[in-house]
Amino acid sequence: MGLHKTEYKGLLGWFDARMPTLMSEYKKHLAEYYAPKNLNFWYIFGGLAITALVMQIATGIFLTMNYKPDAASAFASVEYIMREVQGGWFIRYMHSTGASFFFIVVYLHMFRGLLYGSYRKPRELVWIFGCLIFLSLMGEAFFGYLLPWGQMSYWGAQVIVNLFGAIPVIGPDLAVLIRGDYVIGDATLNRFFAFHVIAIPLVLLGLVVAHILALHDVGSNNPDGMEIKDTLDPKTGRPLDGIPFHPYYTVHDIYWLSLFLIAFFAVLFLAPEMGGYFLEWNNFIPADPFQGPLHIAPVWYFTPYYSILRATTEYFMWVLAAFTVAYALLVFLSLKNSAARIATLGIALVLVVFMVVPGLKLDPKFWGVVLMGVSVLIFFGLPWLDQSPARSIRYRPGWHFWCLIAFVVIFLVLGYFGTQPPEDTRNLMSQVLTFLYLAFFLLMPWWSRMGEFKPVPARVTFAAH
Amino acid sequence: MTESNDAVDDSRRAALLMTGVVGGAGCVAAAVPFVASLTPSERAKAAGAPVVADLSQLALGEKMTVEWRGKPVWVLRRTPEMLASLKKTEGEVADPASKRTAFPTPAYAMNEYRSIKPEYFIAIGICSHLGCNPLGPLAAGAAAPLGNDPGFLCPCHGSTFDVAGRVFKNKPAPDNLEVPPHKYLSDTVVLIGDDSKA
Repeated sequence: MGLHKTEYKGLLGWFDARMPTLMSEYKKHLAEYYAPKNLNFWYIFGGLAITALVMQIATGIFLTMNYKPDAASAFASVEYIMREVQGGWFIRYMHSTGASFFFIVVYLHMFRGLLYGSYRKPRELVWIFGCLIFLSLMGEAFFGYLLPWGQMSYWGAQVIVNLFGAIPVIGPDLAVLIRGDYVIGDATLNRFFAFHVIAIPLVLLGLVVAHILALHDVGSNNPDGMEIKDTLDPKTGRPLDGIPFHPYYTVHDIYWLSLFLIAFFAVLFLAPEMGGYFLEWNNFIPADPFQGPLHIAPVWYFTPYYSILRATTEYFMWVLAAFTVAYALLVFLSLKNSAARIATLGIALVLVVFMVVPGLKLDPKFWGVVLMGVSVLIFFGLPWLDQSPARSIRYRPGWHFWCLIAFVVIFLVLGYFGTQPPEDTRNLMSQVLTFLYLAFFLLMPWWSRMGEFKPVPARVTFAAH
Repeated sequence: MTESNDAVDDSRRAALLMTGVVGGAGCVAAAVPFVASLTPSERAKAAGAPVVADLSQLALGEKMTVEWRGKPVWVLRRTPEMLASLKKTEGEVADPASKRTAFPTPAYAMNEYRSIKPEYFIAIGICSHLGCNPLGPLAAGAAAPLGNDPGFLCPCHGSTFDVAGRVFKNKPAPDNLEVPPHKYLSDTVVLIGDDSKA
């Protein structure tokens, strides 16, 4: 008959006989996916991120039913949703507050990775897909922010599109290609809408699937950072420290999800604009191409990178060049291979020439864009930058933990500065913090090896409760 | 077919390669209209006609803004004090003679005032850094980043410009404010976007 021999009865049995994939995937990814039994609070954010994604897609579909991607009517259509569409304000605030919560969740999810070395071998691909999700999410947020066609939408897009204009030779044409016009206009709004509602979401969904499949192939890391697959039950062949994802972690995640939703809806109902951080005040003024707002800042989740962009001025280029030379020497002394050594010096020389040599140097504006790009893309390098013998912070020297905390503080302070108008003292501090930010990553191959490491136990630390 | 299963059938392999090449060329050709659709439309290209500005109502020290190609074009009527400040800022700006070529200054504005008539300064009000809208003209001492010079301040990234649109040193903006092509039709009427002699 060609039917699959099924163990299920009734409708499920009928289905399983014809499409066994359904139940086998359910087992593989939920009922028989063995996750370490010591996963703690820091492991809730993956599930929350999926919830946030679903929420954004669902609210987004309903918003497109009333939104008009047209420069002449976009702003009014958003106000129409907020004031006249039944329940429109609720859907719109879920979407706008949801965007900020999505970033909060993703940043905490990434912090967990840094805390327990979740990106280390064999989970490099999980991490890379995750970084690609982060990049797509930034694109999604940026395209979406233009749609209400407020002052911040317009001038924020103006600034970001001009970032691409800073690329030598091809930049100006590239900026025109992105805008579809010589200025940000109707063509830009229309295409950003297309990217926001279909192109990027499709990419995001694909990446989320890849992220989870890659994770389920290698298995979850845990707060102790050892492989639970190293200690298997001789009878069943399952990890002794593993428990089925469903029901154990589905219940755990639902518990935290309910707390998350309480916090989310408290913000939605009581402070949906979050004092101008989630929705900037200037965005309640329609876009005016002839008079920009007094102070332009991106939404909070972009501000650390924005501070790094602003920190790059002409005098700073000399410091940057000196830093490049010093770093190249450090790499040179650490490498054994002479071809790699020469390549290091060659690359450093080219960089320094384009940074400071009169006549050849590129604008600080371009280097600002480069530094901003590097500060985002450097996350991709973590699996190789981190050379610590122990994955988890629990078994690394105490000061490694404080390095990580220092990085978080730097990130937050840069983020705060990015929301503020430019000012000399803050600019100087941003420059120092930009160096420390980059040094945290670039010096990691050295510092992550130093200090006294504790022995990693063979079994997870777990107290039954 | 008499060959064994593991031998490569050369004629089929050649056909496969040719199909691949032709198919690939087809894909590239099909991509052309898609990429072309992202470039400015004919309508956007046509929307660049010059505009006329009447300066007769502009008082000393005042600025007016006219739209040209979707961009704000400023006309600032400079006071004698403003013009005098340009001597002082000469040494404080990054490119005093407007030698950089990213936004070439028209030959008729290649002078210390960056304008045809010293009194009227005409420039595109878009910062050469990342395209924000500088504020101003601000009086001397009105904004800390400008110090004691009158000029413009870009609120985004703190670039400052003197009243001839020249960017001060060590600021994010690399270039002076762009001077659009323009010509005077009469003493107080200026055509922006066209500088042909005719």
